[in-house]
Amino acid sequence: MEQEITTRVTPISAPSEMTAMREQCKDALDRRKTTFRVCAGTACIAGGSLDVYEELKNQIKQRGIDVDVELLFEGGETEAGASKSGCHGFCQMGPLVRIEPQGTFYNKVKVDDVPNIISATLEDQGVVEELLFENQDGSRAATEKEVPFYAGQKRIVLGGCGTINPEDIRNYFAVDGYQALAKCLQDMTPEDVVEEMKKSGLRGRGGGGFPAGRKWESAAKATGRPKYIICNADEGDPGAFMDRSLIEGNPQSVIEGMIISAYGVGAKYGVVYVRAEYPLAVTRLFLALDQAREYGLLGENIMGSGFDFDIEVFQGAGAFVCGESSALRASIEGLPGEPTAKYDHATDKGLWEKPTVLNNVETFANVPIIINQGADWYASMGTENSKGTKVFSLVGNIVNTGLIEVEMGTTLRKIIFDIGGGIPDGKPFKAVQTGGPSGGCLPADKLDMPVDFDQLKEVGSMMGSGGMIVMDEGACVVNVAKYFIEFCNDESCGKCISCRDGSAALLNILERICEGEGREEDLETMEDLCHCIDDASMCGLGTSLPNPVLSTLHYFRDEYLAHIKDKNCPAKVCKPLFTYEVITDNCKKCGLCFRNCPSDAVIWKKKEVAEIIQDKCVKCGICKEVCKFDAVE
Amino acid sequence: MVTFTLNGKELEVKEGTTLLEVARDEGINIPTLCYHEEMSSYGACRLCLVEVIKRGWPSIQPACLYPAQNGIEVNTDTERVRKSRKILLELYLARSPDSQAIIDLAKEYGVRDTRFKLKESERSDCILCGLCVRACAEISKRHAISFAHRGSKRAIQTPFEELADVCVGCQACAFVCPTGVIKIEEAD
Ligand SMILES: Cc1cc2nc3c(=O)[nH]c(=O)nc-3n(C[C@H](O)[C@H](O)[C@H](O)COP(=O)(O)O)c2cc1C
Ligand code: SF4
Ligand code: SF4
Ligand code: SF4
Ligand code: SF4
Ligand code: FES
Ligand code: FES
Repeated sequence: MEQEITTRVTPISAPSEMTAMREQCKDALDRRKTTFRVCAGTACIAGGSLDVYEELKNQIKQRGIDVDVELLFEGGETEAGASKSGCHGFCQMGPLVRIEPQGTFYNKVKVDDVPNIISATLEDQGVVEELLFENQDGSRAATEKEVPFYAGQKRIVLGGCGTINPEDIRNYFAVDGYQALAKCLQDMTPEDVVEEMKKSGLRGRGGGGFPAGRKWESAAKATGRPKYIICNADEGDPGAFMDRSLIEGNPQSVIEGMIISAYGVGAKYGVVYVRAEYPLAVTRLFLALDQAREYGLLGENIMGSGFDFDIEVFQGAGAFVCGESSALRASIEGLPGEPTAKYDHATDKGLWEKPTVLNNVETFANVPIIINQGADWYASMGTENSKGTKVFSLVGNIVNTGLIEVEMGTTLRKIIFDIGGGIPDGKPFKAVQTGGPSGGCLPADKLDMPVDFDQLKEVGSMMGSGGMIVMDEGACVVNVAKYFIEFCNDESCGKCISCRDGSAALLNILERICEGEGREEDLETMEDLCHCIDDASMCGLGTSLPNPVLSTLHYFRDEYLAHIKDKNCPAKVCKPLFTYEVITDNCKKCGLCFRNCPSDAVIWKKKEVAEIIQDKCVKCGICKEVCKFDAVE
Repeated sequence: MVTFTLNGKELEVKEGTTLLEVARDEGINIPTLCYHEEMSSYGACRLCLVEVIKRGWPSIQPACLYPAQNGIEVNTDTERVRKSRKILLELYLARSPDSQAIIDLAKEYGVRDTRFKLKESERSDCILCGLCVRACAEISKRHAISFAHRGSKRAIQTPFEELADVCVGCQACAFVCPTGVIKIEEAD
């Protein structure tokens, strides 16, 4: 693919040429009457989407239909083409295939479905009903827009993910790609660019929420040379995949954002710090950088403007703490990936002691959109102090898991119940953990809270990078807190005693409570320790790791007390703290529990009520699950 | 030069001077376990924390690293500092219950007991202050000692487990070790 592009490339030699380039690429896309767009994100590929893609190409060819997989710059119309895309965000329904321009949205597509899809689309002008998304009421959604998961979203940053081919820069050109950079180079001074970012109100999406425009302004004013732009794609939060998906699905938008930032602050060099465990993202990133260079969008004399900037890729070893700004810089400099105390601003003395702008992947991806649509338009979305949209990865006990994007200020309820489809099996919602492992755990009475940086902080959680883990009544909050503290203890760099031994001591108390050895004074002890960890630790990992404990202690204190005083785990998670018993009045004597118990712990005879022998019971919960009469509690 | 206040007293010091250096010059006692005036500051023991009010915003900062700045107000012995310091000392007692140096230091600040418990594998008389690492690197210029692993598994890799040929046996590390865990043994 790279090669085919090389043969046709004429580098852009003036920003004004970008308009013609866009039109040419649009025409090329339009010449194709039908496109079968196959999701080639990590999850869909794992589900076999590339086989579907190959099969589509083969079968279209076999039918004697003129098929193209590359954008054609010359020639007439083609009947159909197959093309890849990045992640659509709805990975659990993958592999996904969309038919364009109709927008028909097929999910869980298998290789065997390919003939039906082709006939329906090219011969019958119809749809394959059974591959359409099935709503909870049994009706089918023909296009993504009709699927509730997408209907409630505002996909702006993710707009290109799932709609364009991330491996072909010309597809990005066709959807206004690099128009923003052309506009900057042609019509805006670097000061204008920084001013526009400030006006947009864009805040960093990697966790801290620092205003991007202000960061750029400081770096622009700094006198050190050269200056650096770093894109943070370390993404170490378990379960989070927004940055990976953005790079896999629309790498050029991140690169364009970095180039614009470099122009604004006067930087010469850029680095993308990406997790080595993201092989597809790394591959697409390298491909995208090569293509951008070939078109004269990176390197010397960008678009003939005299502005030089190039980007290198640094593959991080993947420690969670390496995403922290000072650890990330140390790691690039070849030092141990440990946070250090820096009292100079990185915008003055950052990488190699030079002025540095460090922003997150999603932050950069917002930049071209802001330049194209204007800061005022951007600032019209969101809340007073949190503008624009935010990408979240929605996981846990929720019907629709996936990557979503909503306007800042959208309520948790809308995110979890409208977009997420609520809790499976109609179980009650219990809590949502926002902000990743060191975020907070929020209860049901916070569901109507609009989500933004400040609101989340106010209720004891944080935005973090946008992880959202939904929990139903089956989750034990003490156990949840224990899980997150264990993660932070493992990932602590180990320098500060407060963070390293403080988290170990917290874990010790939480483990004791889960084993039924908790004492009432433990709660106050944990609170004391949490405040010390926050005060005494050097970096954000330490200062925020108490959040899961403090928030659960605050919102779910009764559950801790149940563990400690009543020796009872209400969610039936902590094994020493609950039993399963048969409710004799409900038991219909069917024997299902008896037959399914893996531990021979149920006594039952025909026409007799079942009974559980506690000594033998391993508390697997299978009896409760299989009983059709709610007779096991 | 920068001007700021330390425990209510207005001071003028050279730019870049750390709060710990100023405090020591002023005869103010701040406990430390990972600081040595001949070496760079590292900031691992967290015992030197003080309260700094900058532009009206109070925060807790390590005195060994924090540079004196114009207009800040520093207090070395506030309620918040005392509380966090005591809890840190409790953590030290949990980590190194048998270290006399730790027991004595804790006692000095009124801490005789700890509410915390660490697993056997998490306890050690080495408090990971990194003084030996810096002594070897900065004073003896040998780089024979380093940190290894993350989180609770973090440990000092000494040349004494597996005699490193870079170690010249200068004993600088053993000399600076605050808990005396480093014992130099002559190799045959
Ligand atoms: C322990 C820790 C891990 C972090 N990991 C990431 C990460 O994976 N990606 C990221 O963008 N920011 C991460 N951050 C935040 C960065 O330090 C930094 O604030 C951010 O990259 C700045 O970019 P932004 O302003 O665009 O958010 C982490 C912070 C801490 C304390
Ligand atoms: S707070 Fe934790 S992760 Fe951060 S520097 Fe200290 S020990 Fe390392
Ligand atoms: S499965 Fe339920 S109803 Fe059937 S015997 Fe067991 S407890 Fe009774
Ligand atoms: S919980 Fe599991 S082991 Fe216990 S009685 Fe039920 S099925 Fe048997
Ligand atoms: S061996 Fe001694 S000097 Fe070295 S880190 Fe441990 S306590 Fe500090
Ligand atoms: S990878 Fe296909 S939808 Fe996410
Ligand atoms: S002396 Fe400052 S952290 Fe140890």
